[in-house]
This record gives sequence, C-alpha cells and structure tokens, in this order.
Amino acid sequence: MDLGQHASFIWASYGALILVLLALGLWLVLDGRRYQRALKDFEERGIKRTSGSSPVGSTD
Amino acid sequence: MASHMTDSIQPEKRQSLTQKFANPTRFMALSGQVLPWSLIAAACLISYALYLVFFVAPDDYQQGQTVKIMYIHVPAAWLAMMAYGVVAVSSFGLLVFRHPLADVSAKAAVPIGAAFTLIALITGSLWGKPMWGTYWVWDARLTSVLMLFFLYLGLMTLRSSIEDELLASRLTAILALVGVILLPIIKFSVDWWNTLHQPSTGFTSSVHSSMRTPLLISAVGFTLLFFSMHLKAMRNEILRRRVKTLTLAEVDRQSRG
Repeated sequence: MDLGQHASFIWASYGALILVLLALGLWLVLDGRRYQRALKDFEERGIKRTSGSSPVGSTD
Repeated sequence: MASHMTDSIQPEKRQSLTQKFANPTRFMALSGQVLPWSLIAAACLISYALYLVFFVAPDDYQQGQTVKIMYIHVPAAWLAMMAYGVVAVSSFGLLVFRHPLADVSAKAAVPIGAAFTLIALITGSLWGKPMWGTYWVWDARLTSVLMLFFLYLGLMTLRSSIEDELLASRLTAILALVGVILLPIIKFSVDWWNTLHQPSTGFTSSVHSSMRTPLLISAVGFTLLFFSMHLKAMRNEILRRRVKTLTLAEVDRQSRG
C-alpha cells in the first residue's frame, strides 16, 4: 500500500493511536482484575460485604 | 398491625432513570450486560471505517493521502471535548444531586479523556508537519487543546493528592466545573482568532460524502469505544471502593480483636 511521500506521518499517527488505546485498554483490564482478585481473597477469608454498613458516599 | 397495613397501601415511590441506576449493584449488573456488546459494536464500526479509509476513500486534492490522518484526528479531538462534558455533567451531578455514581463517573472519565486529548495532539502535530511545515505552533486551537490536556492531568493530580476521598471528589468536581469554560474557547477559537488551524471540519456539509461517511463511522465507532471504556473504568472504581471498604472493616475488626 503506497501512502505517498508523507506515508511516515500517516503510519506514525495511526501507530500513536493504537499505542495510546492499547495502553488505556491494558490499564483498564489489569486494574479490574486486581480488584476482583482482592474481593475474591476477602470472600475466601469469609469477609463479606454487608449492604448499608458502608459510610455515606461510598458505592456498595 | 394497623401501621403495617398503611405501609403496604402506600404507593411505591416512582424513581427517575438516574435514581434507578444510582444503585451500584444494579449498575454493575446492567453494565456487565451492555459492555461486551458496545465493545463489539465499536470494534466493528472502527474496523469498517479503517477499511473505508485505506481502501475506498479518495485522496484529498491538496493534501493527498495525508488526509487519512483526519479520520482519527477529528474523532479524537471530538472525544477529548465530549469526555470533558461527561466529567462536567458528572461533577454537577455530584455537587448538586449527591448522586452516588456521579463521582465514580467523573473519576472514570478523566484518564480516558486525557488519552483521547493526547491522541488528538499527537495526530494533529504529525498532520501539521507535512501540511504546515511545523509540528507545533502556538495557535489558539492547538494551545487551548493543550490546556485541556493539562486540565485533565490537573484533575487527576488534585484527586490523588487529597487523602479524604469525599473532600477530593468535591474539590475535583469544582475544578472540573470551572474548567468547562475551556470547551467553548476550544470550539470557537478557530472563529474568534486568526488561526493556522482550519475551521471546524463539520460532520455535515463541507466534506464530500466519500470522505464524510468514513469520518462519521469512525467518530461513532470511537464514541462507542469511549463509552465502553468509561463503563469499564466505572466498574473498576466501584470494585476499588468495595475493596477499600472491606479492608477498612477488617482493620477495624482486628483492632477490636
């Protein structure tokens, strides 16, 4: 695919897009797994969430 | 017995849509169902847009093939501003309505907005070099978008620098609302000042349909991607707060020993 004399700028732009979105996606996935693992660990130790026990403004 | 009777007769209090989804547990259930589909739709639209961009859309009579950068620069710039709109509306929802998920939404949208602003700045700069002969110029549009990027970083920094999460959320919300003034400045900078950056691309008239169609599909695809990422980041934030609550509860129980 011939993208003309400015091909490097075009590929660099699409490369930057993919790089930033990959980093963002990876952060979202890994962050989620970390908390799910922590919650599972609590569950295995018999520590469960009781609705309404948490302070105002938190999200339980 | 009588009081029980009256309770049961009382009509159930009608909830607004936002109240209905204020319940984090209900939000987690619903977003868990929506997320895979929005991601699949985003992937399909973006893939189709890229196919059109690289194999169907014509070259620009002046810019030649470098116009291909437009198909990611314009959606990224649009999402940089739309994401800030989400942050601002969420911040308003927190300060005025104390909506339990408002702060979760605001906090989740900031890093994603920053990422799209970064993409807009980088792709704009890489488009500017071959077209304008320079990567950067202190032009009103470019400068105001750079300020938006710093504002995003400022919101993240402010929030992480305050221990008390309730206070942090309120102060961040106030900064976010003050920063809303930047959106019209960015939008109208190309009209108010004599800028090197061209006026709005305009999703409607000024672009020929052979280019407008891929641009629109790309914009819708990336917008869906943004909302998918936003949902995922909100889910992560709710999980984080649950972990924190359980950790505090455990420490409290151990100290009472």
